[in-house]
Amino acid sequence: MSLLSVRNVTMKFGGLVAVNDVSFDVEKGEVFALVGPNGAGKSTVFNLISRFYDPFEGEIVFDGENLLDHAPSDIAQLGIARTFQNIELFENATVLQNMLVGRHTHRTSNLLSELFFLPSVRRAEIAHRRAVEDAIDFLNLHAYRDQLIAGLPYGVRKVVEMGRAMAIGPKLLLLDEPASGLSMEETQDVAFWVEDIKKIRGITVLMVEHDMHLVASVSDRVMALADGKRLALGTPQEVQNDPEVIKAYIGAPDDEQEAA
Amino acid sequence: MRVQFKTSYDTDIRLFKDRYQLAWYAVLGATLIALPWLIDVFMLGEITNVLIFAIAGMGLMILVGQTGQASLGHAAFLAVGCYANVILQQRAGLPFVVAFPLAGLISGVLGALIALPMVRLHGIYLAIATLAMSVITEDIIIIAEPLTGGVGGLFAPDISLFGYVINRYGDPAAFYWFTLAVTLFCVWIYRNLLRSPLGRAFAAVRDSEVSAQAMGVNVPKTKAIAFGVSTFITGLSGAILGHYIGVFTPEAFNVLVSIQLLLMIVVGGLGTIHGAFFGALVIALLPTGIGMARDWLAANVGLTTTAIPGLETATFGVILIAFMLFEPMGLYGIWAKMRTYFELFPFYRQGMFVRQKSYLKTERMR
Amino acid sequence: METIQLLVSGLANGCIYGLIALGFVLIYKATEAVNFAQGDMMMLGAFLTLGFANSNFLGLPFLIAVPLAILSMGVIGYLIDIVIIRRLFGQSQVAIVIVTIALGFVMRFAAGNIFGFEPQTLESPLIGRDVTVGGIFLGLDELLVIIATIGLTVGFWLYFSNTKLGIAMQAASQNQLAAYYMGIPVKRVQSLIWAIAGMMAAVAGILYASKGSIDPNAGLLGIKAFAAAVIGGMGSLPGALLGGIIVGMIEPFASRYIPAGYSQVMPYLLLFLMLVFRPHGILAQVHRKKV
Ligand SMILES: Nc1ncnc2c1ncn2[C@@H]1O[C@H](COP(=O)(O)OP(=O)(O)O)[C@@H](O)[C@H]1O
Ligand SMILES: [Mg+2]
Repeated sequence: MSLLSVRNVTMKFGGLVAVNDVSFDVEKGEVFALVGPNGAGKSTVFNLISRFYDPFEGEIVFDGENLLDHAPSDIAQLGIARTFQNIELFENATVLQNMLVGRHTHRTSNLLSELFFLPSVRRAEIAHRRAVEDAIDFLNLHAYRDQLIAGLPYGVRKVVEMGRAMAIGPKLLLLDEPASGLSMEETQDVAFWVEDIKKIRGITVLMVEHDMHLVASVSDRVMALADGKRLALGTPQEVQNDPEVIKAYIGAPDDEQEAA
Repeated sequence: MRVQFKTSYDTDIRLFKDRYQLAWYAVLGATLIALPWLIDVFMLGEITNVLIFAIAGMGLMILVGQTGQASLGHAAFLAVGCYANVILQQRAGLPFVVAFPLAGLISGVLGALIALPMVRLHGIYLAIATLAMSVITEDIIIIAEPLTGGVGGLFAPDISLFGYVINRYGDPAAFYWFTLAVTLFCVWIYRNLLRSPLGRAFAAVRDSEVSAQAMGVNVPKTKAIAFGVSTFITGLSGAILGHYIGVFTPEAFNVLVSIQLLLMIVVGGLGTIHGAFFGALVIALLPTGIGMARDWLAANVGLTTTAIPGLETATFGVILIAFMLFEPMGLYGIWAKMRTYFELFPFYRQGMFVRQKSYLKTERMR
Repeated sequence: METIQLLVSGLANGCIYGLIALGFVLIYKATEAVNFAQGDMMMLGAFLTLGFANSNFLGLPFLIAVPLAILSMGVIGYLIDIVIIRRLFGQSQVAIVIVTIALGFVMRFAAGNIFGFEPQTLESPLIGRDVTVGGIFLGLDELLVIIATIGLTVGFWLYFSNTKLGIAMQAASQNQLAAYYMGIPVKRVQSLIWAIAGMMAAVAGILYASKGSIDPNAGLLGIKAFAAAVIGGMGSLPGALLGGIIVGMIEPFASRYIPAGYSQVMPYLLLFLMLVFRPHGILAQVHRKKV
């Protein structure tokens, strides 16, 4: 059974059909990429999985659970972590604190025990920190550990956001344009990390990315979207060579002339 | 700046960063305990007042500074704490040691319940809703006359701690110590919150609700808990305030008090415990300060000024505007700069604290 | 009979709330700043008129005092923007809430110390005159308030939809950045909006003062107007007026038919109901952040 299965999902914003009857399955252990021009509906697919919106139609099943039965704040608990296209970090907190929020789903204490900081809370805190230090090691964030997000360069923020998502300890990681705005080297790092996340950590990755080079080098399968519709699904090569996809990216001169 | 080598996970979790900090707070604590022998009775009363405001300020700070929810209605919870404490003692016959924490709890639970419909509101809507709540509270207290004494108000009895009776005037030192103990308790639980998951969830809600949600934080519930903790502490402050002022009427908790509480923590510095104390110092000591300035003018310059009505509030307003324009981090911001200056002496550079350029963040989008 | 009188007096009060709410929403819509001092500006406008017109102050003819007061409040509004609000650009909404509250304190102080803290009445030619329409006594002052509000709203609406500046303001209120790129001087437009809000506050103040007495704490009426603004939906000017009228209409009926004490609570109760069931008002639009 697939880890994530999106079935015939449609999403509308007013009159705009952002996602139009889209279906795909993400298998356990693979890196699955979503590509498509801006406004194709890729982030909307992520937001639907995160339950920020109720789909107009269709269903989303993750690990045997129907996601539509769950509230947005339960999604992380089920094992889905994500990053955001325009970075949504906690600006007035440190890198460490941001990543510790990622451990929220592992919270064992309650209000009272935390107010009095009982020994059990201290022990749990140490365990959380151990897990987070692990992610800090993995992503090489030591230098920024105690700095406020507000003062960090863009590239570092992207990495911190990935680290925060990893701290959840997810089964599925959603990365929304992890390499956009990054330098060549930083993009290279992202490629390595995604490989390691898949191979060493065994986390399934679903990512949106424009850098076709990165997509081709790390993903097992790719789905192309345009105007909310699924154009093609297959290996990176297959999708890159798909005539429909080429048309969507380069534009369709014939159609446009007809329309004009 | 002292470089700190972190050798264990506990380093970040401890209450004090290092031995210097511990020493500094130990000195501060010892001074506070010894205060009744160091200053006169009048000033001791003033300082007690500062502490009461500081407790209320910490309560509000948890909500505004930590969780990012503006409340213009916290006087309502001062009132709840104050009335509940006295009514529980006088009507239910409970001893103070039970009535006092219970008053805080009632205020906290009520705060969390009232928050439930409000947690969906943002910024301006929340500000107006809480403002309205504060207005209504005055009316409700008057309506509930059989319980609250209506416009006539209530008398607070003397505090009785395990048989030891504390009257604010008869035994100002004991009253001060009691207030100090409650203050320290509140600081302690505030600090505990900051270093535990809930405190981080508060910050997450403050900085990005979508992101908090994606991390598994139940945003409405977290906000309601923040309201509850906040109003619990504010309720405790209200309960002490009742004993401090002795006689109180609904007037003591009107909407202007709510506004003043918010302005107080802003002047002090949002998001820090220090801010609550700095703000309380300003609010509580401003009238005394203006009075002393007037006396000084009369004695040394020969200028006798008549009392100008409303001068305190207006001065406070001007101070506040100046802060928002030049130092949005409030007194805490100034304090942090001075501290850094001394720590780095002589290497402090101008411009170390240059404000980050920020852009208009539309708050119509959530 | 009585119902009609209650209706008219409620409508008159409601118009004043509506005018304050209108200024409040105008600023909010155009700049996203929240002016909690709008009520105090109303109070200041009333006192300025009183200062110009009353014989114990300047004693100018009423018809000169009124435009003079309106103009002064326009200047004050303009100055508030360029001296303070503009510099807060980029800070959170709460910062502006706080600053305008502080401004309100200062205005209350200034008015009290210049004009006195005792309630005073404006020497208006209208005070105490009644008209009888079909056997119903109606205060001329109340009728004036209603007529003036209608006139002002219509004028305002025409201005907004027909003049170049009005259209620029509309554009700026919908999307500041886009308006800026279109070559609209957003900052100047913003200052002018504050000026207009100041003038509207003055009109509200004059109308308020001609219905009764005025004292420095009259600005607290603003709280009711803010409630009205939320009830009507913060995003819409007609909504603001409507909200004001609703609140104004509830009051006389509540105090007539509900025991005293409970009746004051009614407008706020309505506000809470509104917030719980229709969080964004009757006529408003709020978007969710896109991620
Ligand atoms: N919250 C929203 N409200 C209205 N329209 C939206 C919203 N989110 C996305 N859209 C629209 O849906 C379409 C798809 O957007 P998106 O999923 O962000 O595209 P992308 O593939 O670039 O990530 C766009 O036309 C966008 O404007
Ligand atoms: Mg996108």
